[in-house]
Amino acid sequence: MSKIVRKEKLSADVFLMELDAPHIAESRKAGQFVILMLDDDYGERIPLTIADGNSDKGTISIIFQAVGGTTQLLSRLDEGEEISHVLGPLGTPTHIKKHDGPIICVGGGIGVAPLHPIVEAHKAIGNKVITIMGARNKDLLILEDKMRALSDELIICTDDGSKGRKALVTEPLKEFCESDDTPSEAVAIGPPVMMKFCALTTKPYDVHTMVSLNTIMVDGTGMCGGCRVTVGDETKFVCVDGPEFDGHLVDWDSMMSRMNSYKTFEEDHRCNLDKIAEVLAGRDV
Amino acid sequence: MSNMSTYKEADLLSKEADNLIESLGLPASWSTLGPKEKRSLPQQDMPTQDPIQRGGNMDEVALGYTENQAIIEASRCLVCKNAPCVKGCPVSIDIPGFVCATAKGNFKEALEIIQESSMLPAICGRVCPQEKQCMELCTVGKMNRDPMESVAIGRLERYLADRGADQKSNVEILPSTGKKVAIVGSGPSGLTTAADLVRLGHGVTVFEAFHKAGGVTVYGIPEFRLPKSIVQREVGKLESMGVKFVYDYLIGRTRTVRELMEKDGFNAVYVANGAGLPKFMNIDGENLVGVFSANEYLTRSNLMKAFEKKAMTPIYPSKKVAVFGGGNVAMDAARTALRLGAKEVHIVYRRTGKEMPARVEEVHHAQEEGIIFDLLTNPVRILGDDKGRVKGIECLKYKLGEPDASGRARPEPIEGSEFLMEIDTCITALGNGSNPLVTGTTPELNTNKWGNITVDEKTGATSMEGVFAGGDIVQGAATVILAMGDGRVAAQGIDEYLKAL
Ligand code: FES
Repeated sequence: MSKIVRKEKLSADVFLMELDAPHIAESRKAGQFVILMLDDDYGERIPLTIADGNSDKGTISIIFQAVGGTTQLLSRLDEGEEISHVLGPLGTPTHIKKHDGPIICVGGGIGVAPLHPIVEAHKAIGNKVITIMGARNKDLLILEDKMRALSDELIICTDDGSKGRKALVTEPLKEFCESDDTPSEAVAIGPPVMMKFCALTTKPYDVHTMVSLNTIMVDGTGMCGGCRVTVGDETKFVCVDGPEFDGHLVDWDSMMSRMNSYKTFEEDHRCNLDKIAEVLAGRDV
Repeated sequence: MSNMSTYKEADLLSKEADNLIESLGLPASWSTLGPKEKRSLPQQDMPTQDPIQRGGNMDEVALGYTENQAIIEASRCLVCKNAPCVKGCPVSIDIPGFVCATAKGNFKEALEIIQESSMLPAICGRVCPQEKQCMELCTVGKMNRDPMESVAIGRLERYLADRGADQKSNVEILPSTGKKVAIVGSGPSGLTTAADLVRLGHGVTVFEAFHKAGGVTVYGIPEFRLPKSIVQREVGKLESMGVKFVYDYLIGRTRTVRELMEKDGFNAVYVANGAGLPKFMNIDGENLVGVFSANEYLTRSNLMKAFEKKAMTPIYPSKKVAVFGGGNVAMDAARTALRLGAKEVHIVYRRTGKEMPARVEEVHHAQEEGIIFDLLTNPVRILGDDKGRVKGIECLKYKLGEPDASGRARPEPIEGSEFLMEIDTCITALGNGSNPLVTGTTPELNTNKWGNITVDEKTGATSMEGVFAGGDIVQGAATVILAMGDGRVAAQGIDEYLKAL
């Protein structure tokens, strides 16, 4: 049981929730996630990254977009209410080390949430951090102030030009790769397509690019293999070996089709509203 | 057992038993039965749901003995002085003791005898491979030259456990020792250790990663073989004895073993966190959509209840399914797929039926339900369509060659025997690797080359002081009862360790 101590609406369908979870707050490190479940018997277990945490207060923050059945239900819970099950912290923490060159951190849409603790950790160790945030329009940008405060430089891109550059995140990423101040590493977190193209962008420049995958999961403990992806020639389990992998080695097409495993099924079972949301989301891909 | 051949309705079995009881005057006449009369009693078939009907529901297949069936079956026991059966039981239940009590109709006493050694009889009676344990050593079976013809000890155990479901256990709980033990994992091994230790007066807390207790008995074994309400009932009993359960708590992540001891003040830890990474075959196409480990498929169906409309967890809508493997898990996956609406389900196994590790009873049930067995067949690659979904498998036919080191005939591929099987779902039931979460975060624990924790067999003690281990994390693949046996050994080891503190 975790109590929701704070709830904040970050954009039309994106929410932040601060949860009372003292043991998770104490153990969690950048890059890790939780699995939560709302109903004891019929709920679904969904992975969500830990966007922030406060071990003194014993809380963690999750940020989610209300798109699927469980996240929509979750968005309807209010401060003071309880979430039945929160398991974590899961996954292998981000490997943070001191670099000479800058770290380029790219966050797309809600991907900025998991990016936040990673940027924070890079800053804490003394790395120079350049952050690129992208969204379809200015209303969908989240955590802008926090990211600005943490980053040495912040670049905003929107598809429609309503804020910052009217560009895809890969454009400034490419420019940094080409510049004299060669990045030591890139981190890209966002929709799979965005991560795929970020990895393709950095590849010719040989800039190591770390991505964080959010695949379908059940247990989150390495028992079921539902989260597996092909990385290089190997099968890896995102919940144990990941969620972070070398973006240049991930088999993106396989991963994206695996993420759509239940699409037809879900379409059969969901209400119309959900179907519309899915069609809309599908347009970007 | 004799119901392997033809299906007999439950009503008929019950009537036959009633008639026999009446004509023999059992149980009153039990003490007058000689060995010859006992041997002439027919083994009682387990009443089951109709094979066609049950393919369409998740309800338990085996319905359990009637009272008269139990009395007849128990009366078949020859009450051997040396009780060979007990040696076959990993938790050493006094089998002749409870069987005799049953034959006399003293059901309450019979259950109490079992409870002295096992807190989980309703589970064991259903899922233990008795024919390879107690029943293998039973004199009646020896005389019949078939362990399946032994006294059906497991069925009796199940009957007593179900009959006495509400019977208050009379186990004594010793006064508190003030010592605290953490148990990692709430599967059969952890629950057994918890039961033993709590009776000895120790404070016991079980940490479970999932939202429900039971481990493999809730996520792996299907409802139609072991109803979840039964596991719930057994867990409830432990709770009433004072065992504390903490859910959503992953040792190795939420807390390490060391932290449990240093921060939370546990004096000892029992690691029974179960199976790890499911094995795949390393063939082409294994990451296509529609390929699942049996663990995932069964967890979705069992623990997440994907077979019920209300469930939010989806399960793949399969029409034609191939299950790779020949163990109980393969049977469970195949029979689950059938119940979820698949029209055609194949078991694809490299050797012959004789070598199949699954219990005869499970194979028989699967056959009755219409599962197709493709024996001496092995998949070589999985084929996908343009959307990355499974559309078929390419298989190779095998023949049996010379026996290998294990004495089992080695299957050899027949060259040029490739053929295609059109299917939309593959389920792999090939066992599991070791779980890395505890060992990876506890460098003090010694492991073998497969990543399993090494322990002192007599006490379950690991290389780290105060830490014990058992079940799958030690054995690789233990059955429910072997895991329980480990739990029993470790409980003694832990008790001795705590006393010496
Ligand atoms: S979610 Fe089950 S193994 Fe990763």
